[in-house]
Amino acid sequence: MHPFTYAPVADAAGAAARALAGAQFIAGGTDMLQLLQENLVQPQELADLNGLGLAGITEEQDGALRLGALTRLQKAADDPLLRERCAVAAEALAASASPMVRHMATLGGNLLQRTRCLYFRDVSTPCNKRQPGSGCSALEGENRHNAILGGSEHCIAVQPSDLPVALVALDAEVLIQGAGGAERWVPVEGFHRLPGDTPEIETVMQPGDIILAIRIPAHATRWRSHYVKARDRASFAWALCSAAVALRLDEEGRVAELRVAAGGVATKPWRLMRVEQELLGHRLDRDRVRLAAVWASEGAVTRPGNAYKAPLLQHTVERAILELGGLA
Amino acid sequence: MPEPSQNFSLTLHVNGTEHRVAVDARTTLLDALRDRLHLTGTKKGCALGQCGACTVLLDGRRVVSCLMLAVMAEGRQVTTIEGLAQGDDLHPVQAAFVEHDAFQCGYCTPGQIMSAVGAIREGRAGSDDEIREQMSGNLCRCGAYTNIVAAVRDAASREG
Ligand SMILES: Cc1cc2nc3c(=O)[nH]c(=O)nc-3n(C[C@H](O)[C@H](O)[C@H](O)COP(=O)(O)OP(=O)(O)OC[C@H]3O[C@@H](n4cnc5c(N)ncnc54)[C@H](O)[C@@H]3O)c2cc1C
Ligand code: SF4
Ligand code: FES
Ligand code: FES
Repeated sequence: MHPFTYAPVADAAGAAARALAGAQFIAGGTDMLQLLQENLVQPQELADLNGLGLAGITEEQDGALRLGALTRLQKAADDPLLRERCAVAAEALAASASPMVRHMATLGGNLLQRTRCLYFRDVSTPCNKRQPGSGCSALEGENRHNAILGGSEHCIAVQPSDLPVALVALDAEVLIQGAGGAERWVPVEGFHRLPGDTPEIETVMQPGDIILAIRIPAHATRWRSHYVKARDRASFAWALCSAAVALRLDEEGRVAELRVAAGGVATKPWRLMRVEQELLGHRLDRDRVRLAAVWASEGAVTRPGNAYKAPLLQHTVERAILELGGLA
Repeated sequence: MPEPSQNFSLTLHVNGTEHRVAVDARTTLLDALRDRLHLTGTKKGCALGQCGACTVLLDGRRVVSCLMLAVMAEGRQVTTIEGLAQGDDLHPVQAAFVEHDAFQCGYCTPGQIMSAVGAIREGRAGSDDEIREQMSGNLCRCGAYTNIVAAVRDAASREG
């Protein structure tokens, strides 16, 4: 680890000023410490956000849920309101990392987790995301964990976090405070960026920006929802593929509202609009769900190492919808 | 608010005792425990949060001490494997590990035991499936998993 200085911040304005002067933020530290240990980042200063008082989950007047950025993953996974009204988010959190990491890691930090691409995490190999212009080792290399959707010729790294996949299904937004103090809401769906020819730019975050909270709108808290995560072992592993589904059925049992998103397969949490369209207005039955789920991998670009993800994605989406609809 | 600094003189509360330690901002809680306080029961495996060997309790909750800066542990209560026994009396989870032969080389064991103590305290050791899920952040290269589950189940039923 390269030397750095450390200090806690007193307020968001002070934190932003420190960031503009070159500091990087630390919250739970679970990704930052890995990045530091492996020399992937070399901050001159770490500014500790934990004093900002941004932890906790509250219900807003209109019924929306507000999740403070510094809420620990385990706290959120155990939160009665979230479990009851936004099951997909609680399930995604409970399936993230290990109990120890969940006690430390924060929701805000989870949105910003860097990719688990083997080459990104290994400074001895070329990687456009870590070192722009150096090349992408994954394209022709070990790409079993890499993306089949949303990639470019410059990068096919997966955004590895579970929570944002659930948040896309829940139509959630992120509250960001800019360096000048102005607050803005960004849909989670638009928070991460496609790699294109600038894979080093991963989100819409600007220098000095601080994530204050996540907001799940009132209408989504009335939906039924569910998360399914496929991984190499039964627990404690990043997703090879995951599916988040949130829906509302009308009185006749037809799909009135539906949002479906996938993780582990794409360069950002991936909304599956075609799957949604195939099911909207219809009753859920096994055949219809199976045929709709085939559209999940529409547009996929596979490589020898990750071609398995296309059928895995279809089946994971199918299973999530069937389980949610009580048809599994 | 203090100015950013590279060197700190901290007060760490470990196993009920206050320790003054001088650390660099980069020092992890794990390295502070092992190299400064010479509490070497807490083990270093991966240093990346992926093996659980360094598990300790922070304010009663399980954390991996390799992913925490020592400066960020100031003012919190840290419990390590050395803090479990009362004199010669083993903690019930320690006793259960001995009784069930829940280790071979023993390297992962302090982390396993701290994680089990946390899981039982959190009320998350109710069934074998729950124990397996809850202990999944603690890897055992010797594959002592079957006996670890038996030890945790036994300790949980005795404490619960
Ligand atoms: C062994 C292991 C397994 C894991 N498995 C999974 C998994 O299965 N699924 C999953 O989703 N995640 C997994 N994770 C990732 C983990 O969830 C993230 O590392 C964690 O959520 C990051 O949060 P943090 O508070 O620790 O972030 P930090 O490490 O403190 O920060 C991460 C980044 O976010 C920035 N940051 C943090 N908070 C803010 C804020 N409020 N505003 C602006 N910037 C901020 C920091 O500057 C830094 O760049 C795993 C991690 C480990 C170590
Ligand atoms: S996929 Fe992206 S992160 Fe991985 S090696 Fe290529 S450029 Fe780097
Ligand atoms: S040494 Fe901390 S988890 Fe492996
Ligand atoms: S007993 Fe050897 S690693 Fe677990």
